[in-house]
Amino acid sequence: MSALQIKKGSSKHSAYNLRPTFSDVQEAHTITVLVENEPGVLARVIGLFSGRGYNIDSLTVAEVDHEGHLSRITIVTTGTPQVIEQIKAQLGRIVSVRDVHDLTAEGSSVERELALMKVSGSGDKRVEALRLADIFRAQVVDSTLESFIFQLTGAPDKIDAFADLMRPLGLVQVARTGVAALSRGTA
Amino acid sequence: MTRQMTGAKMVVQALKDQGVDTVFGYPGGAVLPIYDEIFQQNDIQHILVRHEQAAVHAAEGYARSTGKVGVALVTSGPGATNAVTGLTDALMDSIPIVVLSGQVPTFMIGSDAFQEADTVGITRPCTKHNWLVKDTADLSSVLHQAFHVSASGRPGPVLVDIPKDVQFASSSYTPKPKAPVGHYQPQVKGDMETITALVEAIETAERPVFYTGGGVINSGPAASQLLRELVEATGIPITSTLMGLGSYPASGKNWLGMLGMHGLYEANLAMHGCDLMINIGARFDDRITGRLDAFSPKSKKAHIDIDPSSINKVIKTDLPIVGDVGHVLEDMLKVWKARGRKVNREALAKWWRQIEEWKQVKCLSYKGSETTIKPQYALERLEALTKGRDRYITTEVGQHQMWAAQYLGFEDPNRWMTSGGLGTMGYGFPASVGVQVAHPEALVINVAGEASWLMNMQEMGTAVQYRLPVKQFILNNERLGMVRQWQQLLHGERYSSSWSEALPDFVKLAEAFGAKGIICKDPADLDDAIMEMLNHDGPVIFDCLVEKHENCFPMIPSGEPHNKMLLGDAQATNAIAGKGAVLV
Repeated sequence: MSALQIKKGSSKHSAYNLRPTFSDVQEAHTITVLVENEPGVLARVIGLFSGRGYNIDSLTVAEVDHEGHLSRITIVTTGTPQVIEQIKAQLGRIVSVRDVHDLTAEGSSVERELALMKVSGSGDKRVEALRLADIFRAQVVDSTLESFIFQLTGAPDKIDAFADLMRPLGLVQVARTGVAALSRGTA
Repeated sequence: MTRQMTGAKMVVQALKDQGVDTVFGYPGGAVLPIYDEIFQQNDIQHILVRHEQAAVHAAEGYARSTGKVGVALVTSGPGATNAVTGLTDALMDSIPIVVLSGQVPTFMIGSDAFQEADTVGITRPCTKHNWLVKDTADLSSVLHQAFHVSASGRPGPVLVDIPKDVQFASSSYTPKPKAPVGHYQPQVKGDMETITALVEAIETAERPVFYTGGGVINSGPAASQLLRELVEATGIPITSTLMGLGSYPASGKNWLGMLGMHGLYEANLAMHGCDLMINIGARFDDRITGRLDAFSPKSKKAHIDIDPSSINKVIKTDLPIVGDVGHVLEDMLKVWKARGRKVNREALAKWWRQIEEWKQVKCLSYKGSETTIKPQYALERLEALTKGRDRYITTEVGQHQMWAAQYLGFEDPNRWMTSGGLGTMGYGFPASVGVQVAHPEALVINVAGEASWLMNMQEMGTAVQYRLPVKQFILNNERLGMVRQWQQLLHGERYSSSWSEALPDFVKLAEAFGAKGIICKDPADLDDAIMEMLNHDGPVIFDCLVEKHENCFPMIPSGEPHNKMLLGDAQATNAIAGKGAVLV
């Protein structure tokens, strides 16, 4: 639709793009989905996002209950409140999905991500990188005379901030796991 | 005691345990063991179709007309890919079917083997759920789950892909009650607080309207009964989507007719002008809503749906009720009765007077002719001559489908089989085969256009082989009528590829298959010709040559709201202009 230069929310345009009664504000939400760990389950979830045109900002998946064959998929997505509601409802009706929680909407939660960053350089830059890594509590997991690989865990914005600092100091490669998240409290 | 058997035998055993009496299918290398088992028993009849797409549509027709789960059996590769259109059709219209596909043996999967396709990958987005069974020990359990998932909650198509070595290997059979289905149990009871709020709204509403859909029919005959009771008791007008026709009888006094793009004037204006809209088992499809920002602007909207994702998908709802239509209607009636059976009688009477005024527009009137058969006239005569009979109607897709919805009356649910969501040309003929198999004594008519009908005409072979007396009532305008209509309204009357050139002689075609063909082009002969079709005990192709340039009205042009309906050709020039043109 975007190729047709149609303004969203105005009249006389595509029925598929008209959401006049809904808010236009884009929000980022972290959604955690407990699924049966069976072949194709990740494809079902990803296929839902691509098929219906939703965004995926980050996605992590791993088995979390070996005996119960359950995996947890953590998805960070952006959309209007109505789209976020649709995403949750659509996820909920996938037969292999056991449970859907919107951590952003359901109170406070902990979000963590692990990143590996390779920084090449020598002299002052190398010293500065090491000093900043110390401030961020990043660990050195590999080193040559002209490079480091730092390992850093934290909330995504902390990792963004560290990457921004490393860029002028010789950042050459970044690998990130995507967000893993749980709600705070007892349940 | 566990019973050991081969995977192929498990398939037949599971089908029997699920109460299946009919399978529509087409054999091939990867399903030969299953066909061998089918050969050696008599409880399940196999209907050999002529194309896998037709097997799935026939299963849909069977399911829609019986309320049971329909079953199709296809081979790997092309068999499975041919089933994709039928699966998508069933997904869009929420029809419960189980498709069993053969697959190359497990040790060959991924090797680009002969007739290999990634069937679960291809069908993942067009099924409610699907399974690739890699171990015979899991097969019977998966088959029982498949039936459960297909029929529970919002019904839909499922597919079980069974590699050939899994069919040959033996394991112990899991009987139906032991299959693990516990975690998939969609909510059927609605929230009582919201139901009470809806009843309160009904009590005070001045201009209420029921807007019902296919969900009422999917919920079962009891839901239709409850709906009738509620409508009669409250005196509220009712309209329905294409998929919901028959849940409330067309002869009922509160019936407004179908709504939507080609819906009735009074139904659409009632939707536009109401102050309380009660959506029961419909999904605010774009054929219904028209322009969203002008859709029923002054109404409070209630929405009853078993699928939570239908709620607030396109239209914001004030009273959302997630639950099965039958259960929710039962609770609604209970609450409404307990609160003293109140409605706003005075305002309702005024509302009905307004509706009567709209009815006076007589939006279905058309210009008759003594020389050519008008398609509307053909359907009026078909209706008159088949009324009161044990009748099932299927349709293809296009103008004839809309005319059938407008001019035929449906008194009961499960009597009307049509492709609504996907709009699949070629659906009607195989669906009529499925319906006739399920109801051997009934009158089954497929109202068709000649272009749609040709898409699955090979099923004449099936109809003749199984002596299925399906009547193919073809409104032949030698055009892709709906395409031609849109080209007239939207594309400057440039009729690009919408002319059915080189049509067959349908009478000779029927005879070539060993069936009866009838041609009719004079309105004076029409009644006799229809009677000849009805009286013939066997399949008939009825070639009804109709007016070639008739347009289907009323019509809401795309991009317009309900109150901007076109009632006839005079208004239709340049009706769809500018940016409305991007809509389909």
